[in-house]
Amino acid sequence: MSVKIDDEMIDYVGILAKLSLTPEEREKAKEDMNRMLSYIDMLDELDTTQTEPMTHIFPVSNIFREDEITNGDSSEAMLENAPSQKEKQYKVPRTVE
Amino acid sequence: MEIYELTALKLGQEIKKHRVSVREAVQAALGQIHKNEEKIHAYVTVEEEKALAQADRVQKAIDRGELEGPLAGVPAAVKDNICTEGMRTTCSSRILSGFIPPYSAEAVKKLEKAGVIILGKTNMDEFAMGSTTETSWYGPTRNPWNTAHVPGGSSGGSCAAVAAGEAFFALGSDTGGSIRQPSSFCGVTGIKPTYGTVSRWGLIAYGSSLDQIGPVGRDTADCAAVLDIIAGYDEKDSTSMARDKYSFSEALTGDVRGMKIGIPQDYLGEGLDDSVRQAVTAGAEALKECGAIVEYFNLGMVEYAIPAYYVIASAEASSNLARFDGVKYGYRAADCEDLHEMYKKSRSEGFGEEVKRRIMLGSFVLSSGYYDAYYLKALRTKALIKQAFDQAFSRYDIILGPAAPSTAPLLGDSLCDPLKMYLGDIYTVSANLAGIPGLSVPWGTDSQGLPIGLQLLGDCFREDNLFKAASACEKIRGRWQLPFAAKNSSDSEKREVLGV
Repeated sequence: MSVKIDDEMIDYVGILAKLSLTPEEREKAKEDMNRMLSYIDMLDELDTTQTEPMTHIFPVSNIFREDEITNGDSSEAMLENAPSQKEKQYKVPRTVE
Repeated sequence: MEIYELTALKLGQEIKKHRVSVREAVQAALGQIHKNEEKIHAYVTVEEEKALAQADRVQKAIDRGELEGPLAGVPAAVKDNICTEGMRTTCSSRILSGFIPPYSAEAVKKLEKAGVIILGKTNMDEFAMGSTTETSWYGPTRNPWNTAHVPGGSSGGSCAAVAAGEAFFALGSDTGGSIRQPSSFCGVTGIKPTYGTVSRWGLIAYGSSLDQIGPVGRDTADCAAVLDIIAGYDEKDSTSMARDKYSFSEALTGDVRGMKIGIPQDYLGEGLDDSVRQAVTAGAEALKECGAIVEYFNLGMVEYAIPAYYVIASAEASSNLARFDGVKYGYRAADCEDLHEMYKKSRSEGFGEEVKRRIMLGSFVLSSGYYDAYYLKALRTKALIKQAFDQAFSRYDIILGPAAPSTAPLLGDSLCDPLKMYLGDIYTVSANLAGIPGLSVPWGTDSQGLPIGLQLLGDCFREDNLFKAASACEKIRGRWQLPFAAKNSSDSEKREVLGV
């Protein structure tokens, strides 16, 4: 496997990550990622055909509960952290034309 | 002896006996903060007034007999990625500058309930991504043993605060070694508990499947006492484990007779500094003399832990850090025409270089077409690493090794080469992948006078073995002088015994 991060891929990653990079940052990111990915390719040495992916160390399962409100109304405290708010709601720049 | 020189447990006893007031204890820590912070910069936020007011409340509760725990009235510091109600919590990032959590993390609540006073929030690598505490938006922390060196990271502020006498203990978090490595570099004791032991509720997530909160203290007894308080099942954390009855403090017997200790040959090879290697082998010899059975063995999978870790941690980080978008809290870029531009600009200006690097790597390994080859491959590797540890723990009670390949590097030496910095995590990341507990206990110093810690790893839920062996190491090592105390001249004799 020799995937390399080219211009097209770094732009795509920028979209996924919601980051805009300056031309210098973009070049640096390409270089860093390619270097890191060639290092990660070391994992190809391992035969994992018989191994299941392990997400959790312990056997955990979903924990269900009744949808009951147990916490109080902390909307004011939450909104206090908003960079911009209006009428008890988060205010954001224009989203539609 | 000055108040600030006491261990947390000793201070707790003095407070209980009314020989030291809680206010005096807080003032002692604040005194060290005033004296050292200009040089060390262990804290991002110090809340003097709040701490003093809390001290008076706690004192009253102690006087009324309502607070009887061993750490009631003891001042402590909390890493800045652990939420504290009404106290600024930034993850040392610009994007969370000014964020005031409306609630406290479960671990903090438990400390407060036990009468612990929170002094402030400690510096860290931004979002816990780094090994030096240099990637903080608020500037680096320096090592109290030698301020030209880093304290390690990412819990560098917590470890430096404890080493500098600016807190009697601290909370850190460990995703790939972030408690154990800086503990080693700062000559303090730190433990990453078994995954699921301490609730992650209120810990700002980096790699959720790897993150654990743990204590940093002046000795193992302090760490055990803190862990006794903060551990416990929490229904608010879906990965919290309901453990059988435990008392970590009771495990501090220092008796290692018959204990089986394995030392991985593959931890002692190329890339390890001689001074650290000598400390590990001397530690092994000393434990053997105390009756432990020590064997060298081949752990395997060691070199695959770092690539697997960086894939998994970055993948989880890219998802976890999607919530920072400039809408609900933290930094928002000015003058944005539309919503998407605002997201992108706020994140690009709000995150530092290392965080962006990991978000991009994570987004890539999770993207369609690469998910199987990178992300699933890393999860399969994790399973193999877990198997290697399972095999080792079928033969040994604990694994002994270094916490880091070297002692603390100089400031500025690590950041220029990210891959090289990542390789420094080689002895710590696998414990996070396997979910096992790990502890670093100070053992000696190198020729420059910088501390070296021994890392002890145990099987899942067997912190008791770590505390047992670590307390034995402390007994053998003897009195350990932190940088704020006066130097003792008989240290050189001791060094010979410790092999450093």
